[in-house]
Amino acid sequence: MRMRALAISAMVLAATITALPARAERLIVSVSNHRVTVTPNYSGEELVLFGSVEKDANTPPNRNYDLVVTVFGPRADMVTRRKERKFGIWINTDSRQFLQVPTYLAIFSNRPIDAIASPEVQRRQQLGMNNVVLTQRVGTDYADVVPTDPFRTAFIRLKSQHGLYRESSSAVTFLTPTLFRSGIPLPAEVPIGTYTVDIKLFADGQLITRTETAFEIVKVGFEQFVANTARQNGFVYGLATVVMALMTGWMASIVFRKD
Amino acid sequence: MQLFLPIADIPVNVFLILAMGAAVGFVSGMFGIGGGFLMTPLLIFVGISPAVAVASVSSHIAASSMSGAISYWRRRSIDPALAVVLLTGGSIGTALGVFTFTWLRSLGQLDLLIALSYVILLTTVGGLMFWEGLRAMLRARGGKPVPTRRPGSHVWIHGLPLKMRFKRSKIYLSVIPVVAIGLLIGFLGAVMGIGGGFILVPLMIYLLRVPTSTVIGTSMVLTLVTMLFATMLHALTNHLVDAVLALILMVGGVTGAQFGARAGQKIRGEHLRLLLGLLVLAVGVRFAFELGIKPTELFTVRETGGAA
Repeated sequence: MRMRALAISAMVLAATITALPARAERLIVSVSNHRVTVTPNYSGEELVLFGSVEKDANTPPNRNYDLVVTVFGPRADMVTRRKERKFGIWINTDSRQFLQVPTYLAIFSNRPIDAIASPEVQRRQQLGMNNVVLTQRVGTDYADVVPTDPFRTAFIRLKSQHGLYRESSSAVTFLTPTLFRSGIPLPAEVPIGTYTVDIKLFADGQLITRTETAFEIVKVGFEQFVANTARQNGFVYGLATVVMALMTGWMASIVFRKD
Repeated sequence: MQLFLPIADIPVNVFLILAMGAAVGFVSGMFGIGGGFLMTPLLIFVGISPAVAVASVSSHIAASSMSGAISYWRRRSIDPALAVVLLTGGSIGTALGVFTFTWLRSLGQLDLLIALSYVILLTTVGGLMFWEGLRAMLRARGGKPVPTRRPGSHVWIHGLPLKMRFKRSKIYLSVIPVVAIGLLIGFLGAVMGIGGGFILVPLMIYLLRVPTSTVIGTSMVLTLVTMLFATMLHALTNHLVDAVLALILMVGGVTGAQFGARAGQKIRGEHLRLLLGLLVLAVGVRFAFELGIKPTELFTVRETGGAA
């Protein structure tokens, strides 16, 4: 069943490619590691994305390329709360829910996004932190809000402080006019899951082509085992912790016995 | 040495946590208390979320009260009947506490509740202890003997029905206040991540007139069981118990406690109470201060699930 679906989609894809007039450019990309394992002493690392722009006969000569790379981490629901002064103390009053927003978000380009494309194109292509869709629950509605919304800016600021959201207009470097690379920094508290990398190629303010790649972050070792057990097997985990506490206390009373 | 805490989800320095465990253990050994009211705030100040701190500290307190309870059991200074009655209330209180904890967490008001309960409880108890210690010290300096216990005086507690005889403590008492105290301690323990020894022991001495020979041992049994129960419930409902963190704390704590107990024997009782009062008061004031000043960051973000 799955094989057949796969075969059909491959055929459709092949048909589309041949049916289309030969595209002027093609993006070929790869990341340095498609599977990052986070070990207990992991303190962050950097993946490298590299690629090249393949030209063909239809490519207009002397085109200047721009690249925007957007890395999306696994998605999750988040809540942002705001403290206000009530009765002389600071307490959480207002809150906003963010639905299925990326837990990690990196937006990298070779020069400022404003210089790459017009505001209209930026919005349509969701380029940059201000244009990425971060869905909020507003009353009964689901929508993204204006970039200046206090909850949205606070959310991005807090995520950026942890190194989980980042934007840089100099992270992508062209080694030759067609060969490029970009680092993808992954901090120590990087969430596990599948990450998608969306690469968009621009020339003269217009989107030329795009491609996607992905990598996976897995945690291995004792810590992950503990975390998994705690979430999936609360009873056993609680029992083990209880036994551990009793044993430690008992051992101490033997080791330090005075008489 | 950096270690990644699986549940707290942050990297910490093992030696820092170990030292914190030892320091709190030292203090708890010196004063004969569980030390949860110091451990939980310290963890919060290092950057561990209050929820994880409260849940993990409960297993740490269980370990230290286990070793305490064993040594008191050997000296036959535990009143089993009294412990059982206290535990009836304690278990219900703990369950209620964990339920409240979960409910407030979903509302986003858990951190506030933890901070507020610390302020109220610690400043009151700390202030009283400090005052009591100061008075006792002044009296001792004046050359008068320090009255330790006023036997035979009847308070309203003794007029309550459902009386029961607690043989080892040699008291005849209604079970109602005993269950109520157990309930209170269990509730506070689950919500605040404290054993509650520093409230329980005075309550048992002054209100229930439990003799000093059995009071500490019996209170340790209550602490042990309620904290084990709290650990279990926190693990089941909120998945917030960090076993790795707890183990480091336990090892540091039980070691520090041994040295603390030795140091405690060299200090006079009223000085000890004065010092403990000051310590409790200081933690309470620290929390009050935190609530009152404008936080540098007004916003907080928390994952509410749905990770795909």
